[in-house]
Amino acid sequence: MGPQHPATHGVLRLVLELDGETVVRCTPHVGYLHRGTEKLAENRTYPMALPLTDRLDYVASMSNNIGFCVAVEKLLGIEIPERAKYIRTIMGELTRIANHIVWIATHALDIGAMTVFLYGMRDREWILDLYEMTCGARLTVTYPRIGGVRCDINQEFIDSCYKFIEDFPSKVLQYETLIDQNPIWLQRTKGVGVISAQDAINWGLTGPTLRGSGVSYDVRKFAPYDAYDQVEFDVPVGNNCDVYDRYRCRMIEFRESVKIIRQCLDKLPGGLVLAPGAPAYDLLAGKPRIVPGHPVGELLPGEEEEEEPREPFDEMYAAVEVPKGELGFYIIGDGSGRPYRMKIRSPSFVHASVLPKLCEGSLVADVIANIGTIDIVLGECDR
Amino acid sequence: MIIDGTTALIEVEEGIKVIPGANTIIASVDKLVNWGRKSSIWPMTFGLACCAIEMMATGASHYDLDRFGVVFRGSPRQSDAIIIAGTLTKKMAPIVRMVYDQMPAPRYVIAMGSCACSGGIYNTYSTVQGVDTILPVDIFIPGCPPRPEALLDGLIKLQELISKEYFNWSRWR
Amino acid sequence: MSPQDIAEIIKSQFPSDVMEMIKFRDQVSILVNKSRITEMMTYLHDSPDLSFDYLADLCGVDYLGRKDHRFEVVYNLLSIKHNHQIRIKAFVTETDCSIDSVVGIWAGANWLERECYDMFGITFNNHPDLRRVLMPEDWDGYPLRKDYPLKSDLGEKEWNGLKEVIQSAERNKIHEAR
Repeated sequence: MGPQHPATHGVLRLVLELDGETVVRCTPHVGYLHRGTEKLAENRTYPMALPLTDRLDYVASMSNNIGFCVAVEKLLGIEIPERAKYIRTIMGELTRIANHIVWIATHALDIGAMTVFLYGMRDREWILDLYEMTCGARLTVTYPRIGGVRCDINQEFIDSCYKFIEDFPSKVLQYETLIDQNPIWLQRTKGVGVISAQDAINWGLTGPTLRGSGVSYDVRKFAPYDAYDQVEFDVPVGNNCDVYDRYRCRMIEFRESVKIIRQCLDKLPGGLVLAPGAPAYDLLAGKPRIVPGHPVGELLPGEEEEEEPREPFDEMYAAVEVPKGELGFYIIGDGSGRPYRMKIRSPSFVHASVLPKLCEGSLVADVIANIGTIDIVLGECDR
Repeated sequence: MIIDGTTALIEVEEGIKVIPGANTIIASVDKLVNWGRKSSIWPMTFGLACCAIEMMATGASHYDLDRFGVVFRGSPRQSDAIIIAGTLTKKMAPIVRMVYDQMPAPRYVIAMGSCACSGGIYNTYSTVQGVDTILPVDIFIPGCPPRPEALLDGLIKLQELISKEYFNWSRWR
Repeated sequence: MSPQDIAEIIKSQFPSDVMEMIKFRDQVSILVNKSRITEMMTYLHDSPDLSFDYLADLCGVDYLGRKDHRFEVVYNLLSIKHNHQIRIKAFVTETDCSIDSVVGIWAGANWLERECYDMFGITFNNHPDLRRVLMPEDWDGYPLRKDYPLKSDLGEKEWNGLKEVIQSAERNKIHEAR
């Protein structure tokens, strides 16, 4: 199954060894979208590296930005204002809804239900309109900034958001009526792609992929960031560890996100949206660390080369709950304005590695259902 | 009901004449073939990265592409255009070339997005700086990602390009 | 359990291997010798008080200026049962660029170790399938090392696959109709 198939999941290549219709061996090949984000980030200051994170999980780009900002804020010790925390939570949950819409649209399209795709994309346009109202971009926004968010939301956004969350649960009901009790859907998803809770933790799965197997691990509850410790929400957990349960988890997450957004909009405090001490586009924050004679590294205007790389190094690992799982950033900073090393722990990379375990022994049609259920996006997998 | 009974030649557009009474249209073969080709461009989606999501959104019901005659085909053998949406990496380059070689002529290439036009923000060891190093591109659509309206504008420009073609249907061209 | 306490327990269990304990904000990193890394990881995974059942991240870091230990392999561990975390860093020298694999303990380390090998050139002993994952299989060089160039134009050292594609594109240009 070559790297080019209809533009749903991206450039993933699976080499399947078949015995009739059963898959004997499955080897995923990734790397067809490896763009060198981590090496590029080593040559940029922290604000300059922020737009690179947008394009990791391009379906849910606000969450990647939030993840990077949370990690850098922890590293540099920046405290963000209350209003910014609530706005970031609202945006994070809107992104979760947008991502799950694309997930259900493409998953159902792969399994055969085409109407869900068109209905879902129509509803997603409202969310993209909300994004455009705030920051001007539809897909790759760079709205959450280090120290808060870029600019404030206005009354028009709040009104439109209220209307959206009133309307949206009926749309979710629409999707469910189309597929939930459909015998074809049930036959293709129940009992498929089973992985036990023990194995799931061992393989490093996170997000709804893990929660479908009964493990209640959600970064928003374990290590709360932004305003998640001030809102009430439940984390849905499945029992049967199969594709159908993960589907139910994500459908319930739609409703939980609507709950969180409503609470945040009700409680929205006033105040600033960007912390005063945040590194704005100050390119000369600290002396750069370029070791002469090595081809890596570029000097920005006004910089000079250094003799020796400097010590000590501060490091920080921080994770957020993106719609796909746990996105972690391991950043090593050294006092210059740039990260020395930025490692992106992406959920899609780990989930793609578990495909052989899910697919071996099942039919070819189940491979499609499995790819849909682990919800990978190759931009995040390959970085 | 009025039926126009004129039997004189009326020129409706440059090069296209109509005899309303006889229900006849007279035009050159070029114009006919170009009209047919531009009104039903069947692209093959080569969605690589973020621009693929915008392409999906353009194809969905809000900014419909079907009204232009554009139907996405999965196989290169059945398509006339290829929309390269997203960053082209060196690992993917041989595959893009192979897929392009499988397309029958006449074929058009649309490079959608800054990464496909020229590498975009990714000037790194693993990306190809623009799809035009390995394919002959007809339309470049910049943007990161380009809005659906920009993609539609690009398709309309492709239609204009096709309508200006000359003798592209004959064996002896 | 706070990270400081976990670090103390590890130091008391493996006194000769723990080289340094660094505390920053509310996280603790432990720098260890790589010789008994599998034993240490098995202890961390199986011990009922610590119970680090989830490997959050495994990555490599290149400290170019250091003479004695140039590379480090960093393990970020999390325990879902007890909700605590720790970071273990094992240093690897340039001359002996290998370390034992932890795939036997956490199956999720499989691809993470392959990526570390791909990007830095650190070999993992006893890994079931150590080959490149992000770059093409016959790529030359280890991209995330600090002395590897960043930009796209690699000149003479360009990958063969791309050179062939460009040559075939040149050859076919004269056959294009327009």
